[in-house]
Amino acid sequence: MEKEVVIKVENVSKNFLLPHERAGSVKGVFTSMFSKATKKNETQHALKDISFEVKKGEFFGIVGRNGSGKSTLLKILAQIYQPTKGKIHISGKLVPFIELGVGFNPELTGRDNVYLNGAVLGFSKKQIEEIYDEIVDFAELRRFMDQKLKNYSSGMQVRLAFSLAIRAKADILLFDEVLAVGDADFMRKCFNHFRELKKQQKTVVFVSHDMNSIREYCDRALLIDNSRMVTMDTANEVAKEYSRMFFDSDTSTGNLKKEKRWGNKKISYTNLSINTKILSDQKYLEVTCIAKANEDLEEVIFGFLVKNASGLNLLGINSKIKRQSIKNLKKGDKTKIQWNIPNIFADGTYILDPSIVLYNGEVCDWWEDALTFDVRKEDHAAYIVAPDIGLEITGHYVK
Amino acid sequence: MHKLRQRYRYSVILLREIVRTDFKIRYQNSFLGYVWSLLRPLLLFVILYFVFTKFLKVGTGVPHYPVYLLLGLLYWNFFVEVTMGSVTAIVGKGDLIRKINFPKYIIILAVLTGALINLSLTAVVVVIFMIAGHVSVSWQALLLIPLLLELILIALTAAFFLSAAFVRYRDISYVWEVIIQATFYATPILYAMTRIPHVYAKILILNPFAQVIQDSRYVLITHSTETISTIYNGDRWIWAIPIGLTIILVALTTTYFRRRSHAFAEEV
Repeated sequence: MEKEVVIKVENVSKNFLLPHERAGSVKGVFTSMFSKATKKNETQHALKDISFEVKKGEFFGIVGRNGSGKSTLLKILAQIYQPTKGKIHISGKLVPFIELGVGFNPELTGRDNVYLNGAVLGFSKKQIEEIYDEIVDFAELRRFMDQKLKNYSSGMQVRLAFSLAIRAKADILLFDEVLAVGDADFMRKCFNHFRELKKQQKTVVFVSHDMNSIREYCDRALLIDNSRMVTMDTANEVAKEYSRMFFDSDTSTGNLKKEKRWGNKKISYTNLSINTKILSDQKYLEVTCIAKANEDLEEVIFGFLVKNASGLNLLGINSKIKRQSIKNLKKGDKTKIQWNIPNIFADGTYILDPSIVLYNGEVCDWWEDALTFDVRKEDHAAYIVAPDIGLEITGHYVK
Repeated sequence: MHKLRQRYRYSVILLREIVRTDFKIRYQNSFLGYVWSLLRPLLLFVILYFVFTKFLKVGTGVPHYPVYLLLGLLYWNFFVEVTMGSVTAIVGKGDLIRKINFPKYIIILAVLTGALINLSLTAVVVVIFMIAGHVSVSWQALLLIPLLLELILIALTAAFFLSAAFVRYRDISYVWEVIIQATFYATPILYAMTRIPHVYAKILILNPFAQVIQDSRYVLITHSTETISTIYNGDRWIWAIPIGLTIILVALTTTYFRRRSHAFAEEV
């Protein structure tokens, strides 16, 4: 059975007018009226010709880089901004969670803030009274309810706001990724709530650049870049496209980023290569480096570091740790170093920084973001690493 | 009726909670708290009363001058509270506006509600003064209801315009401070209309605010006060000018507010 369309976005464009000299005062109006030269408005195209539909019960993801326009789109869906062109149609009650605790006032007590934020979410005083105990217990803040909100820690505020937010009665929910900034415990609660919403067949629009959560929760997703739609497909396909986007833009400029390379160049890399730019189910990633000594050197150490797209250092190693010593290099000597890195990587984009240091710790060549590679495996796992794990079950099993 | 309630349910809930919050915030950390909103206009009244009955004697010849002055002051106070409160109201709620979509007029209605609560409380004092001053009240006092409605509309029309314009032009707050000073003297709050030259009286009374004050005094306190009709030699149709002006202004400013309100989230 064809499900009902609850969000319909038709050719939506949004422009922001950015006056260089804003007429923010009456004087400004007069002065800009008489001087033609200074009156220049720059139009910023935040969104261009976006169209999509979301059906009832669907989890729909919106992904894109920072500044791609995804937050503007979310604000248009929430009807906070009006589209410059195009139309949106929404059926059912929509509650946006662009920020938790909208309307929270630091000068009021926790209790007063529950009523205020509740009103913003559409709860009457009576309705809040009925669920007040539930909210306070869930947030584990009973002792603090008569204290002013300004005395709460940020974690406490988020807890209170969240336990209220999950009780909002809505047909459509909009979530901004900023929600996922809490600690691990809070994030787990958030994601449990997502699962709960999914069970209840709620329609959810979810903005993020965390591909793992997009893959895990969303049925379909939309990729925006430079204010335009790039693709709209299943979450998995869109997540792949998103990583590819980073990959492409990195290789095109990657080797030119000279400022990210430093060291005294007593010995430096002359050539770097990897066996594949896209790693799927190969067992190893082979990295070959060629270094040339520019003077006589006693002992050098070659190493590298692998970071993921969010900058987390995943692994690092050097020749010293591997108990291999490279000694007595003469000026002009070339050395070839080949690393075989087991493919334990989960899907995503990775960056490799090779380095050369002397035994006394002097840095000769440290090359940040020198190489990038992409991992796209058959089986997707939503964890940091995805090594090939063996499984053998003996005893009672069904073949 | 049920449908209407459904439609405005959210607005009513939000309005109630915003009014409550604004009150709590305004009077927290003050010893007398809410009493101040009563005390402030009364103290002002005492000062003006002494100045204008003992020193300047503006009130001589006006029957029940204390009540006459008090009523004018309360109307004035209400008007100032609504308009001055509204100027920065939209910008002040910018945080909320940027995060969720709700009918923006609620912000202005919240300011109005706050001022109305104050007005009704201070009205109790007027009643006390009327009893003490042996003012006899006739059925005509019922006409206060439409007059108060007009007063509310006058305050609202200014509030809608000022708050929406302030989002774009931040000079409005200073301009309005000056205008409100001028309005205070251009409106017969302290003085009787008979005390100013007839030519000016004819112009000043066309101001809806002046007309409302004079009419209210007429129906409630004394028939010897001038109204727009007596100034224009008993012409009853002359009422159409201030009332029509009010209606036109309300239509214009609410339209302006509604049009501009779509862009509030981007501009506050």
